[in-house]
Amino acid sequence: MADLFDDYPTGPAWDEMIDPETGGSRAAYRHLHAALAQLSAGELRARADTLARSYLAQGVTFDFAGEERPFPLDVVPRVVAGAEWEHVAPGVAQRVRALEAFLGDVYGSQRAIADGVVPRSVVVSSEHFHRAARGIQPPNGVRVHVSGIDLVRDGQGDWRVLEDNVRVPSGVSYVLSNRRAMAQTFPELFAALRIRPVADYPRRLLAALTAAAPAGVDEPTVVVLTPGVYNSAYFEHALLARTMGVELVEGRDLFCASGRVWMRTTQGRRRVDVIYRRVDDEFLDPVVFRSDSLLGSPGLMTCARNGTVTLANAVGNGVADDKLVYTYVPDLIRYYLAEEPILPNVDTWRLEDPAALEEVLDRLDELVVKPVAGSGGKGLVVGPAASRAELAELRTRLVEDPRGWIAQPVVQLSTVPTLVEDGLRPRHTDLRPFAVNDGDSVWVLPGGLTRVALPEGQLVVNSSQGGGSKDTWVLGGALPRRAQGAAPGLPHPVPVATAVPIDANPSDVRVQVMQQQQGRVVEGGAPC
Amino acid sequence: MLSRIAESLFWIGRYVERADDTARLLDVHVQILLEDPWAEEDLACRSLLSVMDRPAPPPHVEVGRDHVLDMLAYDRFAPSSIAGSLVAARENARRAREIISTELWECLNTTWNQLPAHMRPARPHDYFTWVRERAAVVAGIMDSATSRDETWAFMVLGRSIERADMTARLLTTRALAGSAGPGWTTLLRSCGAHEAFLRTYRGTASDERAAGFLLLDRLFPRSIVFALNQAEECLAALEPVTDRATVDDARRHIGFVRTNLEYRPLTEVLDALPKEMEQVQRACTAASDAIRGRYFPSASATTWVGEAL
Repeated sequence: MADLFDDYPTGPAWDEMIDPETGGSRAAYRHLHAALAQLSAGELRARADTLARSYLAQGVTFDFAGEERPFPLDVVPRVVAGAEWEHVAPGVAQRVRALEAFLGDVYGSQRAIADGVVPRSVVVSSEHFHRAARGIQPPNGVRVHVSGIDLVRDGQGDWRVLEDNVRVPSGVSYVLSNRRAMAQTFPELFAALRIRPVADYPRRLLAALTAAAPAGVDEPTVVVLTPGVYNSAYFEHALLARTMGVELVEGRDLFCASGRVWMRTTQGRRRVDVIYRRVDDEFLDPVVFRSDSLLGSPGLMTCARNGTVTLANAVGNGVADDKLVYTYVPDLIRYYLAEEPILPNVDTWRLEDPAALEEVLDRLDELVVKPVAGSGGKGLVVGPAASRAELAELRTRLVEDPRGWIAQPVVQLSTVPTLVEDGLRPRHTDLRPFAVNDGDSVWVLPGGLTRVALPEGQLVVNSSQGGGSKDTWVLGGALPRRAQGAAPGLPHPVPVATAVPIDANPSDVRVQVMQQQQGRVVEGGAPC
Repeated sequence: MLSRIAESLFWIGRYVERADDTARLLDVHVQILLEDPWAEEDLACRSLLSVMDRPAPPPHVEVGRDHVLDMLAYDRFAPSSIAGSLVAARENARRAREIISTELWECLNTTWNQLPAHMRPARPHDYFTWVRERAAVVAGIMDSATSRDETWAFMVLGRSIERADMTARLLTTRALAGSAGPGWTTLLRSCGAHEAFLRTYRGTASDERAAGFLLLDRLFPRSIVFALNQAEECLAALEPVTDRATVDDARRHIGFVRTNLEYRPLTEVLDALPKEMEQVQRACTAASDAIRGRYFPSASATTWVGEAL
């Protein structure tokens, strides 16, 4: 049988759909695989075109090297079995709880440092450790309102944490718009599979932001602070503000006066209680941070310190997603929560340790080396893919600044079939589940953003490196819509007698009679 | 203005709005039938047909979404189907050709010409989108190229009455289909009201507020109360009240049902939603008849043709 999966190669990585031993599909993908196998290549391409057109129309774009491009959404979704998700989601939540405790500690009593869990030097030498944040107590104790914990599946199919993002993780808008576009393109698959919905995210986020408002504020005003329309993630900022029904503000719309933050509106100034800021720490307040910043508003930090406004996520969170601190997170989970980590880290060398540095320098051509403060795959060097000159340059930089780098073995990220030029081919993927912390519990959005590296063999999947995305379907568990409704389940069919007639212009009726009669003649004449 | 022309204008407004609203209503329901494997298709389709005043086939015949689409989307001869409304709108425009602007005529005529090409696409959603876009173009041309005289008043009067009527039908489908039917969010979205609703209530959405928004909101143009208010304004513009003690029939019907919704607790309205919505629809029909009797008397000579059928 000729189908789209002919010549589908097996690689060293764990393929999530095809089991190389049997050549068949794995359990979670069975239905999707069968449905795709029925489609011809042309039909699949037609669906892919529909997706792309829908994205152009919606304006779902990403800034790529200064150019606004439609965000590439692959036509084949990624599927995660319900049981598997019951392992991943608690693992993510556990990690967020530990990082939350760590941040509270670092900017407070620094117990973990005193107890020797994390060296003081690691914390204070982190580029994103801000002394200005010390002693700021967030109203409900939450600093990580939103987080994106990047996960990968290694060669054995086990989930591992690749990095933590607790500053301003982006990408959730693509989760929401991917789902919408996929539901319109593959309605029959949505009908057959019970896919957990993601549409709840804006409501959850707003609830968490509202819960974080300063004490004593009755109806808190929440705003989303964006750097402006030229920011690469502006689409996301607008989408979040729109779906939460809150104001999207820029720095110049805000001002601080009499110890509070206000926004300028046509009705005069209006108090702002919670700022979901999508502006980096350094640009937030020119008084405390970069004095040339026009993106923030002078005085924000003072207001945050006085507790009259909540910044979400809190300033200084970057210390927790520093890649050197990442290596301590399993210990932090044991220390703060007294639990064993559910999701393991990827093995990592701390280069400050001279023995580790030596080993890494020896094996530089087989490792991945990352800058600790970077995000978005910037500055990352993949040893096997790097040239001799690049490695030599990297070597000198590592020796000069061992604190600034970590090294990891090359993880063969799991692959998922992806539509490229020559048909469906395995491409490497990662997963960024989003977690929202409202102070009572950490809620993990079922699914998350699956990023896929489109070039063959490419292991860096970041969207700022030209990657694409896939809709992520977590199966099962959710009750069918019917059972959720509080309304009585039985539909009431309407008796035809009570139906209200639909009027028509009486002068049309004659015309329609004539047309109808003509129509009947034509129909009657056709062979039945 | 000639009564005959006024009547055509009134009906252009109604037919275009009907095509628009029917497209929105069907879009929601077809999407739900596609997505929800537990939907009882036969029952849902029968309810939909009866809400839209179309005869359902005998009970032993299974009614599917294709049948519904044939009846309500692609039937060119029934005034309650999308295609039929667009054909009828164009016929009415042809009769009022000397009054309406060339732009408007060309828009309606183009729609009519393109209709066969757009019918029965692979995804019904594409057809509905196209219909909504054409309706928006008509509304835009009307808005920008019509003097605010009787021409405008009659067209907007037709549009407002139809909108109130169709929104009432849309809300009826929610009640009829039970909890398997569209959620309030879906209904809001189909009216293009979801984002306006979120901004109004800042994301603290409850079902009751969503229902209230579509029923009672005074600022959102697709709510029933807004549409009825607009119809009353048009009637007032056509004929300012001179009599000290009475109002004319059309205004009485519309005003009565509007106040009935507006000045009662929302929960009371929601408890008997299908009945209340039926009253709205009946009031719209009655108002439409009253307007015909008052402004389009020439039509009475030919009504017997319609009755004889």
